Amino acid sequence: MTTQHSPNPGSPALDPKIPPGPIQDRWDDHKFSVKLVNPANKRKYDIIVIGTGLAGASAAASFGELGYNVKVFTHNDSARRGHSIAAQGGINAAKNYRNDGDSIYRLFYDTVKGGDFRSRETNVYRLAQVSNEIIDQTVAQGVPYAREYGGLLDNRSFGGAQVSRTFYARGQTGQQLLLGAYQALMRQVEIGPVELYTRSEMLEVAVKDGRAVGVVVRDLVTGEITAHSAHAVVLATGGYSNVYFLSTNAMNCNATAVWRAHRKGAYFANPCFTQIHPTCIPASDEHQSKLTLMSESLRNDGRIWVPVDPDDRRAPNDIPEDERDYYLERQYPAFGNLVPRDVASRAAMRMIEQNRGIGPLKNGVYLDFGEAIGRLGRAKIEERYGNLFEMYERITDEDPYEVPMRIYPAPHYTMGGLWVDYNLMTTVPGLYAIGEANFSDHGANRLGASALMQGLADGYFVIPNTINDYLSDYLNTKPVPTDDEVFMQAVAQVREREQQFLDINGTRSVDYFHRRLGHLMIDYCGLARSREGLEKAIAEIQALKEEFWRDLKVLGTNDSLNQSLERAGRVADFLELAELMCRDALDREESCGGHFRVEHQTEDGEAKRDDEDYAFVSAWEWVDSATPQALHKEPLTFEYVPPSQRSYK
Amino acid sequence: MDLTLKVWRQASSETEGEFKTYPASNVSPDASFLEMLDEVNEHLNEIGEEPIAFDSDCREGICGTCGLMINGYPHGPQDGTATCQLHMRKFNDGDSITIEPWRATAFPVLRDLIVDRSPFDEIIQAGGYISVNTGAAQDANNLPVPKEAADASMDAAACIGCAACVAACPNSAANLFTAAKMQQLNLLPQGNPERYSRAVAMVETMEQYFGSCTNHGECEKACPKNISIDFIGMMNRDYVKAQFKFTARDAQNKGK
Ligand SMILES: Cc1cc2nc3c(=O)[nH]c(=O)nc-3n(C[C@H](O)[C@H](O)[C@H](O)COP(=O)(O)OP(=O)(O)OC[C@H]3O[C@@H](n4cnc5c(N)ncnc54)[C@H](O)[C@@H]3O)c2cc1C
Repeated sequence: MTTQHSPNPGSPALDPKIPPGPIQDRWDDHKFSVKLVNPANKRKYDIIVIGTGLAGASAAASFGELGYNVKVFTHNDSARRGHSIAAQGGINAAKNYRNDGDSIYRLFYDTVKGGDFRSRETNVYRLAQVSNEIIDQTVAQGVPYAREYGGLLDNRSFGGAQVSRTFYARGQTGQQLLLGAYQALMRQVEIGPVELYTRSEMLEVAVKDGRAVGVVVRDLVTGEITAHSAHAVVLATGGYSNVYFLSTNAMNCNATAVWRAHRKGAYFANPCFTQIHPTCIPASDEHQSKLTLMSESLRNDGRIWVPVDPDDRRAPNDIPEDERDYYLERQYPAFGNLVPRDVASRAAMRMIEQNRGIGPLKNGVYLDFGEAIGRLGRAKIEERYGNLFEMYERITDEDPYEVPMRIYPAPHYTMGGLWVDYNLMTTVPGLYAIGEANFSDHGANRLGASALMQGLADGYFVIPNTINDYLSDYLNTKPVPTDDEVFMQAVAQVREREQQFLDINGTRSVDYFHRRLGHLMIDYCGLARSREGLEKAIAEIQALKEEFWRDLKVLGTNDSLNQSLERAGRVADFLELAELMCRDALDREESCGGHFRVEHQTEDGEAKRDDEDYAFVSAWEWVDSATPQALHKEPLTFEYVPPSQRSYK
Repeated sequence: MDLTLKVWRQASSETEGEFKTYPASNVSPDASFLEMLDEVNEHLNEIGEEPIAFDSDCREGICGTCGLMINGYPHGPQDGTATCQLHMRKFNDGDSITIEPWRATAFPVLRDLIVDRSPFDEIIQAGGYISVNTGAAQDANNLPVPKEAADASMDAAACIGCAACVAACPNSAANLFTAAKMQQLNLLPQGNPERYSRAVAMVETMEQYFGSCTNHGECEKACPKNISIDFIGMMNRDYVKAQFKFTARDAQNKGK
């Protein structure tokens, strides 16, 4: 194992600050025991929030309501457009409105198990606890959830659960929840405590005497670089699936904020834990810019298959039943098409590897509604999935009512992120990470409909109750002035880097490098990983990085709207993050959740966990550009849900 | 397919813009409109001309970031489809395509095809919310909401804020956007207490930036989410009632 000890003895210990006592009482006890800031003193504090997705918008709005002074930044042109807006399926909560045996404990249990025993029990329990408050809060905000004829809230089911606990607003749950949070945020902008900066990208964190004291931001319209100081900085900047170039994430999602924070001392946890979602529309050609998700809910009625004969060139509807291989139903009779995401994705991958893929590029498998339409009628299927079928047809020009859908796994979500303690603070005091940007709750695999839950839990209910513990020590201290040396340096650093990009004057565009990086990552650090492949990837990423800094071509100037320049910075950071992901994957000699090391599988090809040696969070500490990160380990203990081998057969 | 693009180029809001012509060759009919532009940009970068600036994010038709005037139509020729979901198979080999930014005084061009739509945020800021602080809510099922109300609210809430409605309107009015955002809340019991103050605040803010609605109905046709113009009627009724209420109350207050 490549464990190294921190070269910096002064670095903060990896203390998760888990409160003592029975798990049911920990969150309440903790809220009681942390230091408070009294209402009149809150306006003496400045807080910076980066990001206006679900996590950032909900946190900034809640801080404003409490009376803090808040500055919130987003690279989007409006706070209403964070990546969260694209979430389709729904949000989980343990309301047990169905009377089907759900409870906070069951949601907690399912999430720990779904995460393949690589998450922190205490955090997950809190998440399940506050899930119910999220539904109450968002209903009060006017989120138009689906309702039954009696006027009460409707639910649907999602993978990895045997109860019906998912709340939804048609196929647009993320959109509606984000609008709710955005509206709450705009109310605070109107009232006054919150100042919103759109088209503004954070490019550096300022750390003074070991504490986060502010950020450096680029105005994406004018190119102006400004420094902003505060008592605390909260990163709510989302996940890093775009390291794969092709993913289901929005085009502008990136890792720059968390990566810059990492380089300033925040440990990066479990970077190799990424989720590849089984049901996306396969790429049609080399020019494709992103992949589109087809909701998990489709697997309730759709049946997945490939032809038995790899050379079968017939149209799908001409292939008779007995010449189709419904491989999920065959391999996992108990769960069939509804196995969890990691399992379904790997099974599809194996089909493609065996050259049994379908479609013009042989890069998909069929998701077939023929049987369901026969059984339920077309109208029922239309009612359930109409909007998804339409979207599919618009993109592929094929009618899924007539011909089976073609689907394939695509990078979708990143469980890894900045390491945070129970208060959601990173290893840099005063610097917090919430939402997809942190690593905390999903272990090695996230269950459907629980990212929205986590983003809003963190933003509405957790951080407003934990940030005070840190702030209270700084009562009556002024934030570090923005003409302090630390800000001058950070601003200079940002300017210098921009100038470097413009000065390279090579021959290749940013996208050229990003695409190549994406290929490396999906091939070697995607659905299946091997020692050999990862070592090769690391070498190739290093070479690509060198080529990037030598042959990049960014036109234009830095004092204007320059999208190539924006992307150059993001891809430069992805190149570094990609290497860390591979090193983390290499270090973790086991398979768990979305991390599948081919060397560690059971006889029938399932993930083989190693609880003896790997029941820990990998937290990587930045050293310097010339030295690989140092690994720290946070041991994971399971007091309530004893680890077991997941079986879906 | 091979196409000829006429694209609006403008360095900043301070400079004059102009159309420039670019060839787009070997375009795959399966490419999306924005992927076609990505390819053109790759080529421009290669030959040393700055790429065309345009906004996009989710590329799934839900975030409302993209929005181009394509041959004079907001989001192009396909009904109910945002620019990012438009595919090149809707065009023919040899076509010439004109691409412009949204045109409206309220939306200055920032660069090329990118405009500033922040007045939309100001309309929301003025009253497009329900005043409820975090933590103050009762159990979600304590207040049943009739399914029809929830469904109608969702129909309005489907607005993606792209501003195609403004771009389509001969008067550059923002009534469809404002009405959708207002009725999404006014149709629900939760939104009822602030119904009239919301109507006044949102309409009056809208009027500061945008032209007046003269019932052309172009907005509804251009809307990628097919938001119904009926919401404008509902907004107008709420606004009229609101003025009556406020005037009556103001009069009462004066009498005291
Ligand atoms: C297609 C799709 C469908 C999904 N469906 C579901 C679902 O049904 N249920 C579910 O639970 N989850 C779903 N997810 C996952 C879920 O949507 C995300 O995990 C979640 O919304 C992330 O929220 P967030 O607030 O953490 O980050 P984001 O929503 O990604 O927001 C990040 C914010 O940070 C800003 N930002 C980032 N970097 C910077 C910077 N450097 N400077 C300034 N601003 C910055 C961005 O502008 C943005 O506002 C889905 C995801 C996708 C892609």
